[in-house]
Amino acid sequence: MARIGLKNLRHSYREHPAADADWAVKRLDVEWAEGSANALLGPSGCGKTTLLNIISGLLRPTEGAVYFGARDVTAAPPDARNIAQVFQFPVVYDTMSVFDNLAFPLRNRGVPAAQVEKRVREIAALLDLEPMLMQRAAGLTADGKQKISLGRGLVRDDVNVIMFDEPLTVIDPHLKWRLRGKLKELHQRLRPTMIYVTHDQTEALTFADQVLVMNEGTVVQSGTPVELFERPRHTFVGHFIGSPGMNVLPATFDNGVARFAGHVVHIAAPLKVPQDGARLEIGVRPEFVRFAEKGIAVRILKVADSGRYRIVDTMADAEPPATATIIKLLVAEGTALPSGRAFLKFDPAYTQLYVDGWIAG
Amino acid sequence: MKRYAWLVPALYIVFVLLPIYWLLNMSFKTTNEILGSFTLWPQEFTLDNYRKIFTDPTWYRGYLNSISYVVINTVLSVTVALPAAYAFSRYRFLGDKHLFFWLLTNRMAPPAVFALPFFQLYSAIGLFDTRLAVALAHCLFNIPLAVWILEGFMSSVPKELDETAFVDGYPFWRFFVRIFIPTIAAGIGVAAFFCFMFSWVELLLAKTLTAVDAKPIAATMTRTASTSGYELGLLAAAGALTIVPGAFVIYFVRNYIAKGFALGRV
Amino acid sequence: MNTKTVNHKAWWLVAPVVVLVAFNAVIPLMTVVNYSVQETFGENVFFFEGVKWFEQILRSPRFHESLQRSLLFTAIVLAIEVPLGVAIALTMPRKGPWVSVCLVLMAMPLLIPWNVVGAMWNILALPDIGLLGHTLNAIGIDYNFTRQPLSAWATLIAMDVWHWTSLVVLLAYAGLSAIPDAYYQAAKIDGASRWAVFRYIQLPKMKRVLTIAILLRFMDSFMIYTEAIVVTGGGPGNSTTVLSIDLVKVALGQFDLGPAAAMSLIYFLIILLLSWIFYTVMTKDEQS
Repeated sequence: MARIGLKNLRHSYREHPAADADWAVKRLDVEWAEGSANALLGPSGCGKTTLLNIISGLLRPTEGAVYFGARDVTAAPPDARNIAQVFQFPVVYDTMSVFDNLAFPLRNRGVPAAQVEKRVREIAALLDLEPMLMQRAAGLTADGKQKISLGRGLVRDDVNVIMFDEPLTVIDPHLKWRLRGKLKELHQRLRPTMIYVTHDQTEALTFADQVLVMNEGTVVQSGTPVELFERPRHTFVGHFIGSPGMNVLPATFDNGVARFAGHVVHIAAPLKVPQDGARLEIGVRPEFVRFAEKGIAVRILKVADSGRYRIVDTMADAEPPATATIIKLLVAEGTALPSGRAFLKFDPAYTQLYVDGWIAG
Repeated sequence: MKRYAWLVPALYIVFVLLPIYWLLNMSFKTTNEILGSFTLWPQEFTLDNYRKIFTDPTWYRGYLNSISYVVINTVLSVTVALPAAYAFSRYRFLGDKHLFFWLLTNRMAPPAVFALPFFQLYSAIGLFDTRLAVALAHCLFNIPLAVWILEGFMSSVPKELDETAFVDGYPFWRFFVRIFIPTIAAGIGVAAFFCFMFSWVELLLAKTLTAVDAKPIAATMTRTASTSGYELGLLAAAGALTIVPGAFVIYFVRNYIAKGFALGRV
Repeated sequence: MNTKTVNHKAWWLVAPVVVLVAFNAVIPLMTVVNYSVQETFGENVFFFEGVKWFEQILRSPRFHESLQRSLLFTAIVLAIEVPLGVAIALTMPRKGPWVSVCLVLMAMPLLIPWNVVGAMWNILALPDIGLLGHTLNAIGIDYNFTRQPLSAWATLIAMDVWHWTSLVVLLAYAGLSAIPDAYYQAAKIDGASRWAVFRYIQLPKMKRVLTIAILLRFMDSFMIYTEAIVVTGGGPGNSTTVLSIDLVKVALGQFDLGPAAAMSLIYFLIILLLSWIFYTVMTKDEQS
């Protein structure tokens, strides 16, 4: 296993990129620790698959370098990098048995038969594939085939990193969580460096220790799931993570104090004074908004029941209804709800100020 | 090894083009030159052969006849195949699988087997020596082909489209013509292409069913006899001209050739 | 996919097709069956003869020779065209400007009327003045397709390969294009050799396409008529008289209705049988 590093990386699919928009991956520097479980999270088209292909060697970056440990592998082809990749749909050799599928990468490298046998059985046991070892791979279900794909990556003990490109896409929903659990278990046991690309936040946040959120070719934030949740560095991260996403409210700033709809909003972290003309917003997650005796005057629009809690949509009195932002908050099951009109309070420890989208306090 | 891989298709294309080049070569030579010597390109370049074909009715009528029956057949085959393919694609009915299979077996029938019976049949109904006869006869193998191709394309269109239209109040034929057909336009193109192709190239039945009036270009060509040596240049020019419609059609569908062969069923 | 609803009124949609095809198929077939069991002395005088014609044909050495020639021709032609077609499809460019050029040029032989194909190769093969004939003789090979059976066979086979390999190429190419890139990427990562990629990824994924290609080529080469008769006329002698040529000779040439009809039916049944066997063998794996 190795530490993965990307330095000064930029990639464009065009011959002569001119505008910013021509770059699929804009300048980034990333380091992933050895043996870590990482996720690349972002909407379609954000550049995460491009990044994955650069790491695996299927794509050569326009600029920058890729390091595995101390070794610069930018020019190395995929089979020289010792990587494993699991694709969106299962890639198995249909005509071979499950056993032969798992043995394939080892046999291609000239590993002696006895060792192949041992290793294949080991991995098959880990993946619960033992009962089907002698069956033809074509006959397995989608999740079984994905496990074979994964297995082919695990049998080799010289693998530097295992990469996953939205691997649960074709798996039935009720099997997704099983496979996810299996991946987590594998990581605990074998400790490979794993990079998991997805647009599904649940997958990313439950699997990874470290998550990279990407949008339009840039890394917007990198951190643990908790960090991303509690302190999003960009409004995009706030929107994208959490269900429902963060409330983003238009704000003003004067005399060192942030205001929303005329009310002062207290922010615990030290504030950077924003430049004139910048777009100011206040971000606070519904989890951290509460009803209070006094505070921001709102009227309640609707209440949706979501299982253990209720999502309440409100609108500030001070804002004209046509352009007002809906403020959502979560209320636990069983708590009494005020009706009609109420007051809201934001928890200062989890309220942030955003300047042009980026956090400023 | 990989660097020389391009040689394979390249050599094959050279192989493909050689006989065509030779034909063109011959078509621009005089009969004297052809019989007298072996030359790789015309020493006495002449357009006489082509001139003859464009001015002599017995020749150019042959082309007109061929194009006529091919077009009639293509339009006919695709038109009747459309509703039938829709039926196979959307409905189950008594004997549907057997009917489909029977249609396909007609592709397996050797034309030689039908030569005589067709001659008698079409003579009996008074259609001998007409372009309509050839157009109808070619339906034997073109309609099953068109049905097979169209059914493949139609099956990949979700049934929800039909249902939505019916719920919206469209009567069946209006839905079929204004909504469904545009959706499978590519399939119609592919089916029409294949019908055109197989009808244009088939000649046993075309010759059997015609004599003078509806004679296809093929019959006219054999009249000049191939190995006799006489009029070889004329023969070559006639042949060269038969390649033109085909080349034309391929050029227009060139973007769909690979896709067309990759039918949903294939 | 789409579940079909039961609707017997669908027959109305299928009716035109049935009428047109049945008109062309059933009536002639009935005629053929009719003739095959009767003897005629001309002018609508028929005598029922039972299986006499069938016996005569099945015992006739001439029929068996024609049949053998057809089988031999088909076997040789399949053995060349299928591997060659696949090889070309594998080496053709997958992307870029050359793709259209390749496809268009390769498709050309398929759109030439079959008699012109025969005429082209006839002209090409003329020993003194044809490109092929002249060149072969010039480099010392004694080649004359109008007099030597071997040369005639070689010419016939070369013509068919020239004419139809492109069909295999186009079909195989379509099949190959349908293979997602991920398979090649995975193979790269697994360290698979070029041969392994072919054997374990490309060939299995092309199976359906190849079945169709082989079936089509089998049927069409077994039924070949126009090109063959134009290029060699069945000769020299009857060395290239394949089954269909013989049949037409008997039917339209000699006007022996009875034997011709019996031969037709036997011919048709042979094709059906062999096609069915081919098809079953090649799709056997899909049953599992």
